[in-house]
Amino acid sequence: MLSAKSKTGLVFFPAFDWAISPTHPEREERLLYTQDQVFEEGLLDIEGIVEYKPDLAAMEDIRRVHFCHPDEKSVITESHLISAGGALKIGVELVERRIERGFALVRPPGHHAMRVVHGARGFCNINIEAIMIEHLREAYGIDRVAIVDTDCHHGDGTQNIYWHDPDTLFISIHQDGRTLYPGSGFHDEMGGPSALGTTVNIPLPPRTSEQGFLYVLENAVLPILDDFKPQLIVNSAGQDNHYSDPITNMSFSAQGYAELTHRLQPHIAVLEGGYSIEGALPYVNVGIILALAGVDFQNVREPDYNPDRIRQSRDTSEYIRQLVEVVMDAWSSAPKIRASNREKGGFAQRDLRIFYDTSGILENQRETLLVCEACSGTLRIDSRTDKGSRILAVHIPRKACVRCREQGYAWFDSGEIRNYDSFYLQDRTQDQYFVRRK
Amino acid sequence: MIIGLDVGGTHTDAVLIGSEGILRYTKVVTNSSKLFESVWGALVEVTQDVPPESIRRIVLSTTLTTNAIAEGKLEKAGMIVSSGPGIAPEYYRTGEHYFTVSGSIDHRGREIQPVDRLEIEAISARLQAAGVRHVGVVGKFSVRNPAHELEINELLDKSFDYVALGHRLSGNLSFPRRIATAHLSASVYSIHGKFFQAVQESLQMKGMDLPIYILKADGGTMNLETSLTNPAQSILSGPAASVMGSLLFASKDQETLVLDIGGTTTDMAVLIRGTPLLEPFGIEIGGYKTLIRGLKTRSIALGGDTSVRVLDGKLKIGPERKGPAMAYGGPAPTPTDALFVLGKTTDGDRESARAGLDPIARKLGISLEETAGRIFDQACDMILEAAAHMVAEINGKPVYTVHEVLEGHRVKPTEILVLGGPAPHFAQRLAALTDVGIRVVPYWQVTNAIGAALARNTSEVTLFVDTERGIALAPEEDFSQSVKRDFSRDAARELACRLLRIKHQREGASDPEPEMEVIEESQFNMVRQFHTSGRNIRVKVQVKPGLIPEYGCILENPIGLPAHA
Repeated sequence: MLSAKSKTGLVFFPAFDWAISPTHPEREERLLYTQDQVFEEGLLDIEGIVEYKPDLAAMEDIRRVHFCHPDEKSVITESHLISAGGALKIGVELVERRIERGFALVRPPGHHAMRVVHGARGFCNINIEAIMIEHLREAYGIDRVAIVDTDCHHGDGTQNIYWHDPDTLFISIHQDGRTLYPGSGFHDEMGGPSALGTTVNIPLPPRTSEQGFLYVLENAVLPILDDFKPQLIVNSAGQDNHYSDPITNMSFSAQGYAELTHRLQPHIAVLEGGYSIEGALPYVNVGIILALAGVDFQNVREPDYNPDRIRQSRDTSEYIRQLVEVVMDAWSSAPKIRASNREKGGFAQRDLRIFYDTSGILENQRETLLVCEACSGTLRIDSRTDKGSRILAVHIPRKACVRCREQGYAWFDSGEIRNYDSFYLQDRTQDQYFVRRK
Repeated sequence: MIIGLDVGGTHTDAVLIGSEGILRYTKVVTNSSKLFESVWGALVEVTQDVPPESIRRIVLSTTLTTNAIAEGKLEKAGMIVSSGPGIAPEYYRTGEHYFTVSGSIDHRGREIQPVDRLEIEAISARLQAAGVRHVGVVGKFSVRNPAHELEINELLDKSFDYVALGHRLSGNLSFPRRIATAHLSASVYSIHGKFFQAVQESLQMKGMDLPIYILKADGGTMNLETSLTNPAQSILSGPAASVMGSLLFASKDQETLVLDIGGTTTDMAVLIRGTPLLEPFGIEIGGYKTLIRGLKTRSIALGGDTSVRVLDGKLKIGPERKGPAMAYGGPAPTPTDALFVLGKTTDGDRESARAGLDPIARKLGISLEETAGRIFDQACDMILEAAAHMVAEINGKPVYTVHEVLEGHRVKPTEILVLGGPAPHFAQRLAALTDVGIRVVPYWQVTNAIGAALARNTSEVTLFVDTERGIALAPEEDFSQSVKRDFSRDAARELACRLLRIKHQREGASDPEPEMEVIEESQFNMVRQFHTSGRNIRVKVQVKPGLIPEYGCILENPIGLPAHA
């Protein structure tokens, strides 16, 4: 009788009646063959693997993370509430210690959704990992969290949300942004001045295979996690690094994903992308579930798996070795720079240009951060889109000091609203959300 | 007239039902080691002086195969298993004669690796040399493409008495369950076959050459012929018999909880507007998770004979049964003894019951009557708690569409039907503990036999269509057909219903136009390179568990139940 070494919760929500459009990669059929494989392998009968129904995410769960403009209902569908609710369910079961590992095998995905949401980008509307994490922080007082994003695309949404948060370590391993959407995630993107270093980007060259991913895991990801000491490790488990994925160029495999999961030992995995719906997803998902549960996965492989055919070149190995060196140097020197930034204080500004490829919106943002020695600092976002929207969004972080909190309310209350559609305020110290409309 | 017979752990019950209602009823003690005698004894009794030609049909529900599994008395069976990649098939080893072989099929039903014919021939020779007569052949995804199982079967070349092919057992996915089901089929094949051939011959000798039906775990019947090739379906029919019997008395517009309170266990089931709920994948028995279609039942180790004691200053009921109640000469106090102390039951030795409860009362420091009341209350609480748990589990069943999440129906029973030995007493107490209406099933002593007698045939067909590959496949029916690109969901539904009608007749249905229903239906556009390249359609249709309509008379003419002989 097979039994799980670690009690593992699974929310499987394939949204069989939801698609972005009929022929879009994010369509009804996406998890059909995965379901077939999971059922045929009898995974849900393994002692210690339990399947849960997803919860529905609530408005306050979304408002803890996002500024949705003009409002939540306009930018999401029920399917998003269920997929976020699926991640939430796993998070709650885990923190309540009813399971030791969990996997939200849900769609639609979320890691391209940023703090401000005007529409959908990269098939994502709301960030399901962030919604789960902030719920767990609010309801259970979880503090330090690490997100390891192994989707082939840079997790630019998650990066954006946690850019200024030193308590959230965000590590993204992805195909180099010079060769793939969204075109970001270079190794020098390391977080805002108050949280420098807690964003780690490891962009890998096309055709990186098992060898490269596992090298990065052993030599960068695991040592960094060791240093950071998170209470919770979340894996954004995109599956599009697979050699058969139609929209990317990597050479990862089901065995590789399972091995990576086995070594990373995330508490929670959340499905992100992955569009090789027949050749990869059924096998990768089985591999990940078995690895989480601590069940033998050695025999899991794709029917056409041939390690020789997907082996990475020597140049690629050498490139990755050097990249990891750079990343680790930056990781060790970041705390000092971060401390000196915070000591200096003042206001830090950056401009962002964000394209919503799925909704076809171009957004320009000016971020202003109150750099603070006592806390991670209040953030002000002035956002306008090419569709004519303009909003002001203020985020007061969870552990904001009195001064930063007052600055947040000052921005929100006394700003001149005439030129804006709405003002939004997230006060995470009180778990409150306010809107001022013109 | 029709006959229903149900073999239970303690008693074997049989009823003879005519157009006026229940004509006869008998109860004999079950002798598990000589099951045939129990069955035959009950049949002889219930048919005494009845003209053989006036009996139209007989339905039998026995513990034959169930006990064989529970007691590990299975025939030796070989297993030939091909899997390809995935969880290593060695984990599902069923015993000594288990062989994993080459050959693999993927989730779409495409061949990945062919069968190695020499390998199969060698295994066949080894099995024969070992004296194995029954074999299970199972491939991963064989319900998407049975070619390999069929090829292996052909290579076995009729060298065995019985070969259970995985794809014929169920249309559901689950490789491990398919292995378990094929293994059980092969392991009970001759036990089942010999027994029922003996029953049939004995009946014929009495001049009763009538159709014999076997009750299945899903509460439906199948004819003897079908059961011989699919013996696993007869496993765990016991709980189904009682549930089917209670159906007659359940409200057709409500959700009903059925409680069968026996000596050792209480079995529960849920009816939705008069139809019992089924297990989504298949029943579980003796540690085997199977693909055998069965009613969703839950059994807890709590009945009238469960032993009662005090543990750490607290009253503890069960889980073991040490024997009958002390009032009937048993070794340990039980809830039944509590009924004696309370004066609710009188047909035994009340003093022994009192003596049995006395040490418990002392330890708890309360009166004997109070102790009896508390035992009884605690037993009722345990039953209701288990029932609530079962309902929660039903409602917790995951769904996979946005629509179902948002519109999801939640089961909430609005009536409870109680049957079994201590039914009337329990019903009374349960009624005080819950605000759901409670009724005792009339004829609660023979509900199981009535259920067997009145159960109608059930069938299920699973159809899988992949228009990109150009196939329509109903694996259980050994049916496949090529289809064109434009094959529609409507056409699939129609085809599934046609196959179901044929199957239903073949397996012994009494009604030529069965009431069919679609239980699962989905259609996916398959998109490759941004173009729709085909459709993937899945349809599951069934004739649901129910009762043959002719004998509603039992309800209309509630004549008294004749005292048993």
